[in-house]
Amino acid sequence: MIHPIPPGTRDVLPEEMAELRRLQSSLLGVFERFGFQEVRTPTIEYAEVLERGGGSGVEDAYRFFDDRGELLALRTDMTIPIARLVATRFGELEPPYRLSYLANAYRAVTPKRAELREFGQAGIELIGAAGADGTAEVVEVLGRTLDAVGLREARVGLGEADLWSCLLTDFGGDQALLAETTGLLARHDIVGIEAALAASELDRDRCESLLGMIQLRGGPQVIDQARGLGGSRFGECLDRLESTYHAIAARGGAERVRIDLGLMRELGYYSGTTIEVYDPSVGEIIGGGGRYDGLMRRFGADHAAAGFTLYLEPIHKAQIEQGLSGAGPPDA
Amino acid sequence: MLDSLRSPGGPIRLAVPRGALFDETLDLLDAIGVETAAVRGDSRSLVFDGGELTLVTMRPYDVPTYVEGGAADLGITGKDVLLEQSDRPVYELADLKRGRCRMVLATRKGDPGPSEHERRLGMMRIATKYPRIAEQYFERSGRQVEIVEVKGSIELAPLVGLADGIVDLVATGRTLAENDLEVREEIVECTARLVANPVSYKLRAAEVDSLVGRLREAAG
Repeated sequence: MIHPIPPGTRDVLPEEMAELRRLQSSLLGVFERFGFQEVRTPTIEYAEVLERGGGSGVEDAYRFFDDRGELLALRTDMTIPIARLVATRFGELEPPYRLSYLANAYRAVTPKRAELREFGQAGIELIGAAGADGTAEVVEVLGRTLDAVGLREARVGLGEADLWSCLLTDFGGDQALLAETTGLLARHDIVGIEAALAASELDRDRCESLLGMIQLRGGPQVIDQARGLGGSRFGECLDRLESTYHAIAARGGAERVRIDLGLMRELGYYSGTTIEVYDPSVGEIIGGGGRYDGLMRRFGADHAAAGFTLYLEPIHKAQIEQGLSGAGPPDA
Repeated sequence: MLDSLRSPGGPIRLAVPRGALFDETLDLLDAIGVETAAVRGDSRSLVFDGGELTLVTMRPYDVPTYVEGGAADLGITGKDVLLEQSDRPVYELADLKRGRCRMVLATRKGDPGPSEHERRLGMMRIATKYPRIAEQYFERSGRQVEIVEVKGSIELAPLVGLADGIVDLVATGRTLAENDLEVREEIVECTARLVANPVSYKLRAAEVDSLVGRLREAAG
């Protein structure tokens, strides 16, 4: 008898399960070593909670009514449920809070694309630690986590989401142009940005500067290359990125970091520093994160926050590609 | 060479579209010094050694799929294909200005026009290979349509009464004229675009940027 399972879901058989368990315990081991305590939230939330968090997570969520007619949703990530949890329960405690998680999340996907509707995420949230030093702590833990799972070649893209708006505003671009091009940048449509700028009132040199800026990525020298492109807003934004980089370097984490001035993620709650994680052996992004200083306020608790999430399936794939499947910490 | 295809490192893999964009793509590659003689001479193989690049040939519609999956680092395909698959997270890096054509709404000559169908029936029926582009276009312009997806010669649909009109890509308009159809509305102009896998774009930045720069220059 053959009994199918829904597309975008999977069974895990014993051999792979053992590898996944080793991977999970390496991840959790690092989180614990750095003082991040694991929490768990329900798989289902009130849809209103995900909407309050905002971002693309809401649109892709599976929603349904329960027996009392309440609109519920399967969580699409762990950051929003943890923001809700912290705002609701940690009112009396003194921040910062260091929390970690390992959980499945759910998203509607386009059919026939080999995408998962149920996927594993492991990550940390550092809530109540502002600025460069908070971000640097998150990136340090991220680096150690990648070490622990054996992905030596993995790199961390480090961007600043406000660079584009700062430079465009310094150049006198209006709100409509800003909204249009920000959307294009999040969708990685550089040709579209070029066309939108050409149709605007900005002069040619400024268009070139804007296009050049978003394609700068590499070592710390790209910050120097971008110096002097814009005015004071852009300069301050670059300063923030530079101090974040220095804070990461001071913790010994600069080796994996690639500064990326065009990095912009689509998830709606990020502000300021943005992170993506890449490994050369898999073609997809294996993790992401950054600062989301405004998110907690939407839940009524005004804390700066930052964190990262690693996507378990691509991480496991990268391990398999490199012959390290299930590798534990090398010699931690 | 086939063994090294799956491993990272090695030459950048470029997805090359067979079909209407094929010759112009190869001319561009010649112009930047990539070896294309083998590709031109062999229509059966799929993977070619182009010196600094490995060329992987495929149908234009599949280019975003291979690039998204990291099976190709870079790819060339039409904007029509990218619009139809706009949710794929690839980087669109350059307009190569080749293969210029238009996405249009066309109906039979002498028909009162699609708006007349809509006025009378509140709805029109459109046949297309580009259901998402068509759907978005009519939604944006506030008209209700029923989209019929077909794979082959779209021109057939209005001739035999399957649809009131078609949304299709036209270069010269000759096929439309031969089938007694005429352009009613132009939706968007499409040219060949260079796209990149998000991981390759980040981790092989210098190689990618150098190729993008040379291709842009060659494209004029």
